[in-house]
Amino acid sequence: MKRINRRLLLKGAAAGGAYAAAEAITGFPTVWAQNTKDVTLVHAGGSYAAIKEIGDQASKDLGFKVVMQAITDDVQLNRSLTQPTSIDINNIDSTKLPYLAGKGVLTSIPISKYKLWGDTVPLFTKGSYPNGTMASTQGLAPIEAMFYESADGKKLASKPTEFLTMIPTIYNADTLGIRPDLVGGKDKVTSWKDLLDPKFKGKTALVDYAPVGVMDVAMALEARGDFKYKDKGNMTKEEIDKTVKIMVDLKKNGHFRSFWSTFDQSVNLMASGEVVIQSMWSPAVTAVRSRGIDCYYVPLKEGYRGWFVGLAPMAHLSGLKLDCAYEYMNWFNSGWQGGFIAKQGYYSAVPSTAKKFLTQEEWDYWYDGKPAAVDIKDPYGTLMEKKGSVRDGGAIWDRMGNIACWNTVMDEDRYLTRRWNEFISS
Amino acid sequence: MTSVEHAAAYLDEDRPAENTGERASWFQVAPLVVVLALFFGLPMIVVLVVSFFDFDRTDIVPAFILDNYVELFTRDVTLRLYASSIKFAAIVWVVTLLLGFNIAYFLVFHVQSLLMQIGLFLVCTVPFLTSNIIRMISWIPFLGRNGIFNNALESSGVIGKPLEFLLFSDFAVVVAYVHLFTLFMVVPIFNSMARIDKSLLEASRDAGAGRFRTVFEIVLPLSKTGIALGSIFVVTLVMGDSFVVRTMSGGQSASVVSALQNEVAALQYPPAAASAVIMVVIVTLMVAGILRLVDVRKELAG
Repeated sequence: MKRINRRLLLKGAAAGGAYAAAEAITGFPTVWAQNTKDVTLVHAGGSYAAIKEIGDQASKDLGFKVVMQAITDDVQLNRSLTQPTSIDINNIDSTKLPYLAGKGVLTSIPISKYKLWGDTVPLFTKGSYPNGTMASTQGLAPIEAMFYESADGKKLASKPTEFLTMIPTIYNADTLGIRPDLVGGKDKVTSWKDLLDPKFKGKTALVDYAPVGVMDVAMALEARGDFKYKDKGNMTKEEIDKTVKIMVDLKKNGHFRSFWSTFDQSVNLMASGEVVIQSMWSPAVTAVRSRGIDCYYVPLKEGYRGWFVGLAPMAHLSGLKLDCAYEYMNWFNSGWQGGFIAKQGYYSAVPSTAKKFLTQEEWDYWYDGKPAAVDIKDPYGTLMEKKGSVRDGGAIWDRMGNIACWNTVMDEDRYLTRRWNEFISS
Repeated sequence: MTSVEHAAAYLDEDRPAENTGERASWFQVAPLVVVLALFFGLPMIVVLVVSFFDFDRTDIVPAFILDNYVELFTRDVTLRLYASSIKFAAIVWVVTLLLGFNIAYFLVFHVQSLLMQIGLFLVCTVPFLTSNIIRMISWIPFLGRNGIFNNALESSGVIGKPLEFLLFSDFAVVVAYVHLFTLFMVVPIFNSMARIDKSLLEASRDAGAGRFRTVFEIVLPLSKTGIALGSIFVVTLVMGDSFVVRTMSGGQSASVVSALQNEVAALQYPPAAASAVIMVVIVTLMVAGILRLVDVRKELAG
């Protein structure tokens, strides 16, 4: 703790301004240690990322207070734009960037302030997988979202620069969840097109969120051979129309059982057997399994839908508070957090640090896709997987290395929202 | 009844000697006027103004354009949403009215002891001790494909395979609404009925009217104010809802307000404001219609 405070102090002195003056008056560096104690950072993000335990641990390690606020996506966007000072560290997913970049509410991060950039997976630093092949750029790919053109943070650059939009934290590969016992076996679903298979009529669900719901259907339509999109992540109006028309017909035929809007709803739909195949998040699959009900996160041959989130400091931060923010963001990827969220199935942007906070058996199971050598527990100590089970989809790069499309905001997002409303009310 | 007439006569008379009393009553309503102006009038004006604004992905741009309204009035989806909301309001109104009237009638005219009456009335409010959300969500495991109700029917051999329409359907939405809102009908009707002079019913019976004729010609007209108040509660609650529709239909149905919420979530405030303005106008007209049919002031004055 002492070491960190001293480091802060030096940076603070260099920052100059009012703080240098304050130091000159007292002449004692301890004033800084005193000051950081009173700093409170408000970290706001989705419930899957803004976890209280992480804030508590950070407060303990860093000596200043980190308050976690779990909020929904629309509230986050609203607060970011209309009350930006109510948030200090904005834990945003990449799809918020097109809304927030250039609005003067976020600030850019000079790479030099982030010490773990060199250890970050190349997906974020270069846009490639570890084996060197470039990742898909359909949708909003990491390489398109990670950098600003210049320090003022006005525009996103789609190539590496010196100015980060956010510190990448967690990411994952999404696919369909199925009930193997109710679809006739794990091997019965192999492609996105199975989502639209008439034999699952009345037993499918989508997430009630236009950008993801439409994209999942687009993956299925492309797999079924209906048509090929130029970019599923940025459809034209005609492509949206074609897709929504098919969706409306399916809905009128009773193909969908439900459209879920919360994590718990997706778990309950699957666990109760109302639905046997649906868009789902990885921890929801685990939650179904922890109730003793078979559920499988199918690796599909067309690939996964990828997503990533990060920490973006807000523009109103300055002086001591900004220094604390950098300190916190560096701490965030230094291992403790990565180990914690690994046990919920998410990957850390700096796996080498997360590894230090996992047992070898845990690392082998979560990252390497090896059979669990011991029972696997979640961060709170509850049993998740029995000894011998293997992570669905396998090792990190078998999953993350096969992204077909990234979560995104389309240029035609207004039109998409409108058509989605029509779809839901049809 | 006589006291009502007396009060009405009192209000109608315009006596100059009452001037000081008039001033006092202005003072008496002043706090309410201030509260309403600040917390209802002002926000409404803001919504009205914003409904004419332009917007892009994240900003609202001050302007005076009619696009938001034009788009609202030219899209089929608007009509569909209103049709769906009004359909729910009508069904729920009929069901809650039938239930509410009968429950209130039972409590007032069949239960003889006052203690019992109060006791049973309190029983009606018991569900309100838990939250709305819990009461609604409890229906989901009950009505589901493998839910309690389907299992019971299947094991008793009534049906061969589970009834799918029970959950995530319009049926489920109506069940939840009725469960949530019936009490809003019971209370005002109970209130009106309790004021009915029991000797009127005796007179009706003495004059040779049967039970149903007494209900239709004596009890029903005298409970009109309660029915009107209950109807206002139920209709405005259903028209303004989005959560019940969304949850119980499993996202299969939408309401005017849930579509409006989607717009707010996508930061499209001006069209959402336009939609809200139209909604307020329509609901106000519905309430005005109810009030035209029944003079609710009678209830308050009596």
